[in-house]
Amino acid sequence: MAEVLSFEHVSIAYQHRTGRQNILNDVSFTIGEGQALGLVGESGCGKSTVALAAMRYLPRGMLITEGRIQVEGRDTAPLSDAELSKIRGNRIAMVYQDPMSSLNPVMPIGEQLTEVPLLHGETDEKAAFDRAVRMLEEVRLPDAAAMMDRYPHQLSGGQQQRVVIAMALMAEPALLIMDEPTTGLDVTIEAAILALVRDLRAKFGTAILFISHNLGTVARVCDRIGVLYAGRMVETGQISTVFRAPSHPYTRGLLGALPRLKGGRHRGRLRPIEGTITAADRMRVGCAFAPRCSFAVRHECEERPIAMIDMGAGHLARCARLEAVRASAAQDGVAEETTGSANAAAVVLSVRSLSKEYKISSLFGGKKGVVRAVTEVDFDARAGETLAIVGESGCGKSTVARIISGLLDGTSGEVRLGDVDLAKVQVDERPREVRRQVQMVFQNPDSTLNPSHSIGYALMRPLRMLRALATGDAKAEVAKLLAQVRLPAEMAARMPHQLSGGQRQRVAIARALAGNPGLVVADEPVSALDVSVQAAILNLLGELLEQSQLGLVLISHDLALVRHMADHVAVMYLGRVVEYGPVDQVFQPPYHPYTEALLKAAPTPDPDAAPPGAVLDGVMPSPSEIIVGCAFASRCPSRIAGLCDTTPPPIRRFGEHRIACHLDLGGEVQVPVAPGALTGMRSSIS
Amino acid sequence: MTEISHGVPAGRVGVVRDTAGPARAGFLAKARDLLTRSPIGTVGGLILLAWCMLALLAPWVAPYPPNKIDPALIADPYPSAAHWLGVDHLGRDILSRLIWGARTVLTVAPTAVLGAVVLGVFLGLLSGYRGGIVDAVIMRIGDTLLAFPKIILYLIIIAKFGASAFNIIAVITLSSAPIVARIVRGVTLDIKNRDYVAAARMRGESALFIMFVEILPNARGPLIVDFFLRLGYTTIAIGVLGFLGVGLPPPDPDWGGMVKEAYGMIFVWPHMTIIPALAISSLVIGANFLATGIREASLDG
Repeated sequence: MAEVLSFEHVSIAYQHRTGRQNILNDVSFTIGEGQALGLVGESGCGKSTVALAAMRYLPRGMLITEGRIQVEGRDTAPLSDAELSKIRGNRIAMVYQDPMSSLNPVMPIGEQLTEVPLLHGETDEKAAFDRAVRMLEEVRLPDAAAMMDRYPHQLSGGQQQRVVIAMALMAEPALLIMDEPTTGLDVTIEAAILALVRDLRAKFGTAILFISHNLGTVARVCDRIGVLYAGRMVETGQISTVFRAPSHPYTRGLLGALPRLKGGRHRGRLRPIEGTITAADRMRVGCAFAPRCSFAVRHECEERPIAMIDMGAGHLARCARLEAVRASAAQDGVAEETTGSANAAAVVLSVRSLSKEYKISSLFGGKKGVVRAVTEVDFDARAGETLAIVGESGCGKSTVARIISGLLDGTSGEVRLGDVDLAKVQVDERPREVRRQVQMVFQNPDSTLNPSHSIGYALMRPLRMLRALATGDAKAEVAKLLAQVRLPAEMAARMPHQLSGGQRQRVAIARALAGNPGLVVADEPVSALDVSVQAAILNLLGELLEQSQLGLVLISHDLALVRHMADHVAVMYLGRVVEYGPVDQVFQPPYHPYTEALLKAAPTPDPDAAPPGAVLDGVMPSPSEIIVGCAFASRCPSRIAGLCDTTPPPIRRFGEHRIACHLDLGGEVQVPVAPGALTGMRSSIS
Repeated sequence: MTEISHGVPAGRVGVVRDTAGPARAGFLAKARDLLTRSPIGTVGGLILLAWCMLALLAPWVAPYPPNKIDPALIADPYPSAAHWLGVDHLGRDILSRLIWGARTVLTVAPTAVLGAVVLGVFLGLLSGYRGGIVDAVIMRIGDTLLAFPKIILYLIIIAKFGASAFNIIAVITLSSAPIVARIVRGVTLDIKNRDYVAAARMRGESALFIMFVEILPNARGPLIVDFFLRLGYTTIAIGVLGFLGVGLPPPDPDWGGMVKEAYGMIFVWPHMTIIPALAISSLVIGANFLATGIREASLDG
């Protein structure tokens, strides 16, 4: 098979005034025609530099210090800029994470697509146009001819990414480089894009270099995988071999740190990779991973360069202690099971028929419409337990979180904490005792702490405001809080920018705990963190839940994480709870069709997992549309025509577990109380 | 440090970027850091520093008393060994008048700008954080002030209340505050939606605390840059007021006034006009360079 891209012992360094810093170190791999290689690793491991080097697009100051990069057998080093730009357009195409950065916002997509063949030698405009339409059909965009006149902003995120892929394929490249192409997308859309990439690869025989931080995503599209750590390839091989018998401790760490969808672990401890990657690791002579590795032996691992060792069948790993590692059993994700909490936990927070509407008025004051962000939501959160709210972006889960925490107010319904109803009381009006009870952990580690104030100050203020401690007592308490989230007391003097993302998120958790709350709302607390760091934070949350009678409301889009953390789950779609119940029941049939689709779409790092098959088509309707029947009817694969889109679904109860669906799933059926046009799902108080 | 600095949109750089310096480093260390990083900022800083030193030491460095008239010198007013920059139409030493005049401009301009910053910060925070009707009222009043031709505004107010240092400061404070308020409002609108502000609300901080302790410190980057830019503009404004004859009352030296007095003789003795004009320019350029330097330094830290 012809080689499309090959890296032979490539090292890349960043040259600056005071010296050189290694970015890539002795990276070798080849991608043959029609093959797909997935590159994985934590942020900062050099994945994107590989992509840029393949295109010879390195930023100024970065140089290839050693090795050779060949595209279709041609060494790219001696090529002139003109020759390179020919290769870039014709032979290599690239798809980036954010489709909007690749599309021109003021040009219809048809024009942008037709431009590609016209620039690459096609002279007949009509022929170019027809090819563009065919390509849009190829990437399964509905009504391709009409799409040609649309502007990028008129398309959804998933559709935009399809257009970018179509554009990349227009030049019929030999190699397609995809850098985190699905990272910003919802799981169902991600699954559809990944399925598309698989099909196109089979159809056009394009070689793919697929860069991702998500092992599950890579498992879906690639046949081989390369694991990068601190600029070095530490393990490579067939995906099935590597996932079944990971041989480098770092690969094992990555796989062990992932929460899994299969089997209820109930907050059993994940295995985070201890320590963090440092800039110095890139410069090490020996193994870059040695400082974080439990197998490391000083004289073997750190003193001389370590070569890739071939274990047969193209499976290579760069580890001096390979035999010892392979002799020990690969550790599964969970070391110890924890005991589940007793069932009779007290309800801390109960949400009943909660709705949130926004009125949109037109420019001249007339009423234009209503956006229903949240419609008739019911659930309970219990002490010492986790309630997870799961759903795709725009389903209203964050709105619910913000109403509970008082950053928004609800339009109707109840949010009951003890005897107080908080639904319409924003945080500024809540009495101190209530504020102390409900605290929040935010998603983005970059904006959760004020860059102008020290960590100590960030923890001191809530202690003083919520518990009215004097300055001296608060200082002592800050040290205790830091210890509670496993940070050293010296951290108090640091500024937020001196901390890693994971550390900042720990501080944010400590801040939420400062007032000894009864309930913590965590909105995607780990989604911005690397897998290994994520595991440590999840372990921490698990421990805190065990130790105290804290109730946790966890907002997440990640089903594996929810499976791992939650006791109860509410699945939301278009502002409604479509399925609710204990985690084991929600993750087993009978399912709501939406839950089923989400479960199918969720990427799992399992080489034996069947491809998801048919995934959801279409997009979530706008929350300003008036929904008469079931909210999910427009995308449901098992829709009953004439019923689902006209009549609100009944609630089917299986004890605590309830599903809002017309399908005959069994259970005790409860017809909606008010089958009015606007009532999506309504359930009585359980 | 790198985690924050990557991917910060250029327009907001000042907001976030400011945090990337060494934490709690002393002011001197920060200043030294700035000097080594941006040559243009260094030049600007040196020009400003030189004028400040001259102004401070005026009684000792000025070769003649600024108002000493010597009609005998008018026969040959050009620069000479005795009068390095020459003398004006009344035979007063131009260098001495510039040095003494620096005192005026270097007290009036910074005070006026500081006034504008204090007023602007307060209005901007209030406007951005409160939003709604408060925002609308404050910003529309500001727009009205900005829409009014500045010179006319100055003339009206000074003609009504008289030409004095205090009135000049007041009029410049009033006319610049809306611009500062806009900058602060923009930063506030961005920052008030950050999670740390939500966290502050959740622990029950007052609106004043959030505005001044949570938001304002993160606006200091753009504010410092704006302070020096505005210092330049204000220097020009004071010069213009002097030139229009509504600056500081004579005979005390005032750069704008010096330009005005000699302007009638520009074709006979051009140096009498050009030298004070250059002095104004040097101060404006110094302030602009320093502002550019600070912005650059905060960009690539």
